[in-house]
Amino acid sequence: MACESWKEKLDAYFDGELPATDVRALNEHLAQCASCSAEGLRRVQLKRAVQAAAHKFTPDAAFRARIQKQISSSPRRTVWLPNWFAAFACATAVLVIGFIFVKFQQSRTGGQQLFGELVDQHVATLASANPVDVISTDRHTVKPWFAGKIPFTFNIPELQGTPFALIGGKVSYLRQSSGAELIFRTGHHQISVFIFQEQKLGNVAVSQNAQSALSFQVETWQQNGLRFFEVSDAGPHDLLQLRDLLKAAN
Amino acid sequence: MQNRYPGFLFREIFFRVLGINEWVSWFTLVFVSEDRFISGSFEELAMPLFDRLYNFAHWLTQNREEAEDLVQETYVKALKGFRSYQQGTNFRAWIYQILRNTFLTSRTGLKWSSVSLDEDPESQNLPVSSSTPETALLQRSDQQLVQEALGELALPYREVLLLCEFEEMSYQEMSATLAIPIGTVMSRLSRARGALRDALYKKQKC
Repeated sequence: MACESWKEKLDAYFDGELPATDVRALNEHLAQCASCSAEGLRRVQLKRAVQAAAHKFTPDAAFRARIQKQISSSPRRTVWLPNWFAAFACATAVLVIGFIFVKFQQSRTGGQQLFGELVDQHVATLASANPVDVISTDRHTVKPWFAGKIPFTFNIPELQGTPFALIGGKVSYLRQSSGAELIFRTGHHQISVFIFQEQKLGNVAVSQNAQSALSFQVETWQQNGLRFFEVSDAGPHDLLQLRDLLKAAN
Repeated sequence: MQNRYPGFLFREIFFRVLGINEWVSWFTLVFVSEDRFISGSFEELAMPLFDRLYNFAHWLTQNREEAEDLVQETYVKALKGFRSYQQGTNFRAWIYQILRNTFLTSRTGLKWSSVSLDEDPESQNLPVSSSTPETALLQRSDQQLVQEALGELALPYREVLLLCEFEEMSYQEMSATLAIPIGTVMSRLSRARGALRDALYKKQKC
């Protein structure tokens, strides 16, 4: 490449805009060419002279302060609460909402676990060779049997004329509290009715979703400080009918 | 929204992670004033450039009072238009462009904007490079001479030299600031340097 062509690249070279491959090539040329080196030196000197001379004007302090103040005090959108207070209120609201949400989730999860335990007990009863501790179709026999064994009492409805028959009962346990399990029969289906003290179970959210999520039907209600659970593979109509009988008796 | 002030980003990440509805996040936006963040981040970007902007403005206007007015108007326009500025892009080039455009629409600037480089008779005879022995005089050029020569250059040459040599802008930045192609930046720089060299040479001879 002729020197004129190399000199055309000198501006970009000293401005740091030349591609790396051209920089290497130009470096090699400058090492060998006195004319281009001298021209390069002149251009660097001019560059530095302009750099030094250009820094001529400085603003006075009062003008700077005026601009600074203008920027700092630029108009803001009106808010009817101080920002720090509002931000604190929002943060608190978010924390409270988050806490309630987490507690609700825990409660829902707890409810699902509880239903699962009851279903397990019902299945164990079905599979057991001795499903009940007191065998009797007479409610006047079964009810007194629980006296002294559980810390509460309950009533068993009159079942004559209904599709239900009492098989018997046994003591059951849930969340370290004792309760009663009554076994009823309707057609070919067996229904377990669990009765516990509401306060001993803790705060458990019971939902329709939990009942339908299991392979058994689960019905639950609260009455007079007692929590009743029905677990069965019988149809929902049967459970609701037995529920109404138990509610009426209690 | 283009201008992502820190609080906005925090709010976006925080509420989208929690999955809280958009109305909640917009509700908090009212309380966590966006204007405060915009003003704060503009100040952080703009004030460090204040001295250089003033120096450049003075070189353009060649008058202290006009330079102050120009800088003040630039900051006002830049603050107003800061919402349209894309964070992460070249702020310096952006604000210098505002200053330059503000100057060109001012009374002084309109005189220069009406003069094209091609009409400048001196530009016709400017060599691309000069390698006469007399250019060695540049070694002894004092600062005042250079400043005088710089001040007498045509505005397009003066501003491109200032942006390159003093502001140390890249060709890309100058292209954005001056709103001209990079090729034009390079040719204008070359002519500007030639013009300055000639001006200095003439002053040396006087």
